[in-house]
Amino acid sequence: MPRVAAWFVRASLCHLVGGFVLGALLLASKGMALPAGIWALRSVHIEMLLVGWVIQLVLGVAIWIFPRFVLRQRPRRSEVTAWLAFALLNLGVVLVCLGDTTAAAGRLTELAAAASFAIHLWGRVSPAGLSEM
Amino acid sequence: MPPLSRWYIKLAILYFIGAMIVGLLQAALHLSYLSPAYVHMLVVGWVTQMIFGVAYWMFPKFSPEKPRGDSPIAIATFILLNAGLLLRIIAEPLRAARPDVAPGWLLVVAGAAQALAGIGFALNTWPRVKVR
Repeated sequence: MPRVAAWFVRASLCHLVGGFVLGALLLASKGMALPAGIWALRSVHIEMLLVGWVIQLVLGVAIWIFPRFVLRQRPRRSEVTAWLAFALLNLGVVLVCLGDTTAAAGRLTELAAAASFAIHLWGRVSPAGLSEM
Repeated sequence: MPPLSRWYIKLAILYFIGAMIVGLLQAALHLSYLSPAYVHMLVVGWVTQMIFGVAYWMFPKFSPEKPRGDSPIAIATFILLNAGLLLRIIAEPLRAARPDVAPGWLLVVAGAAQALAGIGFALNTWPRVKVR
């Protein structure tokens, strides 16, 4: 798979592990005495698994398997938009996880990631050879 | 499709139907303590399990001898994910409704099993994410 897709998938695996471990702690806190402040991490658990794991894996696999004909026409633009989406998505997740003060900036960064990904993938959603990206 | 992927995907479909039933019960009978079970049946039992099954099947081969990585890790991941999730969806609502019946350590075990499943999946999948 392309290098950028591999980075998406590897980062999603990291978020999977982090999100599942946090989830295990949250679940364990219902059955044993753990610091009450642990529930402040619930939003981090959700963000890591929803955006960091599931959405990021979907983006990575899409970049890997969608038709690549248009990539040969505009290779540089395609590569830049994919890497930008990767960087912005992960920065966004981190900012959202840091708390309320950076959450809005994080969501804005994730929106920019979605836009960058859309620019990358839009022209690839077509039969090979018929696209005018 | 490898047998383990078939197991993953068939169980994912069953969890999908099960989640819809639990969601219906929760809404119709106003059983708010079923909410975590409903959400996790959907996001772990259905979505994550489907991803695990399809990724195990479709990701690039690890090697000609071991195309899908380390089989014992993959099988352990499947068992831990489903044992942990099943334990959770039984013990968590039970503990909320009848704390005297369901001891807290059941939830600790359920969480640990699912966390280990996540680690196992990442360990087995990581070497198959190959740049070409």
